[in-house]
Amino acid sequence: MAKDSEPLFSSKNLKLLTDPLNNKNPITVQVLGICSALAITVKLKPAIVMTLSVMVVLAVSNVVISALRKSIPPRIRIIVQLVVIATMVILVDQFLKAFAYDVSKQLSVFVGLIITNCIIMGRLEAFAMANKPWPAFLDGIGNASGYGIILIIVAFFRELLGSGTLLGYPVLEKTGLYNIGYENNGLMILPPMALITIGIIIWIQRAKNRSLIEE
Amino acid sequence: MRDFSNAYIFRFSAIMIIIVAVLLSGAAMLLQPLQQKNVEIEKKKSILASINIESTRKNAETLYDKYIKKTLIIDAQGNEIQGENAFKIDMKEEMSKPVNERKLPVYFGVLDNGGQKVIVPLQGKGLWGPIYGYISFNEDYKTVYGATFNHDKETPGLGAEIATRDFQKQFQGKTIFDKNGKFISILVKKGGAIPGSPNEVDAISGGTLTSKGLQVMLQDCLSDYVPWFNKQMKK
Repeated sequence: MAKDSEPLFSSKNLKLLTDPLNNKNPITVQVLGICSALAITVKLKPAIVMTLSVMVVLAVSNVVISALRKSIPPRIRIIVQLVVIATMVILVDQFLKAFAYDVSKQLSVFVGLIITNCIIMGRLEAFAMANKPWPAFLDGIGNASGYGIILIIVAFFRELLGSGTLLGYPVLEKTGLYNIGYENNGLMILPPMALITIGIIIWIQRAKNRSLIEE
Repeated sequence: MRDFSNAYIFRFSAIMIIIVAVLLSGAAMLLQPLQQKNVEIEKKKSILASINIESTRKNAETLYDKYIKKTLIIDAQGNEIQGENAFKIDMKEEMSKPVNERKLPVYFGVLDNGGQKVIVPLQGKGLWGPIYGYISFNEDYKTVYGATFNHDKETPGLGAEIATRDFQKQFQGKTIFDKNGKFISILVKKGGAIPGSPNEVDAISGGTLTSKGLQVMLQDCLSDYVPWFNKQMKK
């Protein structure tokens, strides 16, 4: 465990932020939370808002659980973790409805489904229960970013190739591709293509870093 | 980790639940007026959108007061009901009642050029949750002037496309009666509407079940209004 005199952004703490982006990515390496990665990657905007919501929920729940870690009875720890996550998700949902109504309408059910996102439970159980609040906070931000970056990459390709737009802006129409016979790929907006896109990302990542390949 | 007694576990859970309950009910109570206001503005925005007036969250209320001149409540036999505020009627509740007990709101919009439009609300079921919207008619009570749809839980990029302007524009100029004046609603056709057909629009590819839900919604809600429409046409 970190000593009290450790600087806030020591190299060990920074690793908590950067590792999940690459070699410990929750989606491509740990293969957690892919259910939501399939559902909301058709368009870029919901993917971005989802990333931010997950970031808030994960960072705050990580801190709360980490602060309480010595007083949480191990026998009911999973229930306590769930209660904290569910409370946070409901709060985020309520705030979105009150202050960002349009965004909350876009995300609709998926905000509620953050509760079931395995990454969050996974980080609480694996990290927050055994570490101090500050590293837990960084770990939360790091993992949510790792989750988000994959979401955004997948959403980028699905929106571009499936609908020909980015953030709703018709980019392909401007390039004049349609005039020479190009057509949007309808398959890209169907759920299976999210899996295939994630598969391709995993393939590229493992081809570059052979230590990730399982025996 | 040390062992915790059962009494501690009970105390811990009790305190946790009280804190969470206070937090959540506090947030719900504090935020409720803001949320209700948002829902109301959204409703006004949709009503305006059905007569093809784009509004933002800021100017929706002023524009609503400017363009929506009159509201009315009718029943499924086409009689007027007095003494209630049409705007406050919850269509979801009304549609779950038997046809004869439904209270059906009608809104009248007057455009800048003086044209009168009749707006009726729609409420139905999509694939994952409720879908709803407004459809407006010209003074002949037959031809669609504009339509707007929205949803709670449809899949983004698929069923959720019913909320896009491009999909909704298809409805403009369609009619809900056939040549003999019989009510046939508007079909949302998979594989594409017959070009030039006055009663068909294209369904959404990949959003078949939402499209079907939309068609059923149009059929169900509009059929309640047909007796009143017929009365108005005879006038």
